[in-house]
Amino acid sequence: MKLKVISALCLLSAILIYACHNDANITFKRYYTTGKVIYTAHCQNCHGSDGQGLSALMPPLTDTAFLRKNKADLSCFIKYGLKDKILIVNKKAYDADMPASDLAPIEIAEVLTYITNSFGNNQGLITLQQAEADLLKCK
Amino acid sequence: MKRLIGAMAVLFLASACKFNSAGNNTLPIYGNRTPVTKTVDGKTVTDTLYQTIPDFKTINQYGDSITGKSLNGNIYVADFFFTTCPSICPVMHRNMLNVYQAYKNDKDVKIISYTIDPKHDSVNVLKKYADKLGIAGNTWWLLQGKKEEIYKLSESYLVRKPEEDAKQLFIHDGYFILVDKQKRIRGTYDGTVPDQVNHLIANIKILKAEPDQK
Repeated sequence: MKLKVISALCLLSAILIYACHNDANITFKRYYTTGKVIYTAHCQNCHGSDGQGLSALMPPLTDTAFLRKNKADLSCFIKYGLKDKILIVNKKAYDADMPASDLAPIEIAEVLTYITNSFGNNQGLITLQQAEADLLKCK
Repeated sequence: MKRLIGAMAVLFLASACKFNSAGNNTLPIYGNRTPVTKTVDGKTVTDTLYQTIPDFKTINQYGDSITGKSLNGNIYVADFFFTTCPSICPVMHRNMLNVYQAYKNDKDVKIISYTIDPKHDSVNVLKKYADKLGIAGNTWWLLQGKKEEIYKLSESYLVRKPEEDAKQLFIHDGYFILVDKQKRIRGTYDGTVPDQVNHLIANIKILKAEPDQK
């Protein structure tokens, strides 16, 4: 009897974990797919279809360490742009201004999910809640 | 009768195909053309005068004075841009870099980019932009001139005359214009579309093979 209960519980939790995992997976895919569309419309002209940037003018988006280190600031970069700042990306300095955008927080979360999981990056989902929290702390 | 019509249709189609393949070997000449009648050796000859790019006065990224005459003997590709352009210019110049890579060792071919924001894009700014873009030498010139003159000149290149909107941003289109040694327009290509730019790179080769362009 005990064994039966335990195995039933195990099965149940396994199903739950699987379902949750699947749910997260679907959310990730939804963010990623919409993010790609936003990227094409708002980012690709400068940063390139493969995130390769443009010579020394526009920084590439392939520096995973940079993206990880500045994760909490990425939403602010997109929303308010960058002015008179020097960023070191892939060991090179970039000082061009980045224009502000009128993207909504959800769109920022989506496009960041796309960027941080493309071009050789693999950093998982960036949720709306995370983007909203980050946006409150913009300098 | 039916057969005759069929045969004619086939002939007609064949001739259409032939016309197309002939079109691959020479490029069309764009713009207005005016017939001129003159007397040569006592005979009256009618010639066609093609639209050409008028002379202009500009300075390049090295501070050298560049006029229409500086391009004598060159086939060239022209575009209009500004260094702080947030929209189509980066993608245009990413694509133009491919044209540059293809012809940077060819003395006959040049690229010129007129800035439509000469107030901001000084010689220093243009030089910095060129360095960052990774271009050197005299294949690709970034040109600063008087704003009104450059805007007027854009009409000769058959592109949209630049405008400034309420936000003081410059509206312009992203065409690359191919000009031959006689300063006639031989092609226009959407500089934001990689396929069209590949087409341009191929067409420069076709143009170079024309007897007039040697």
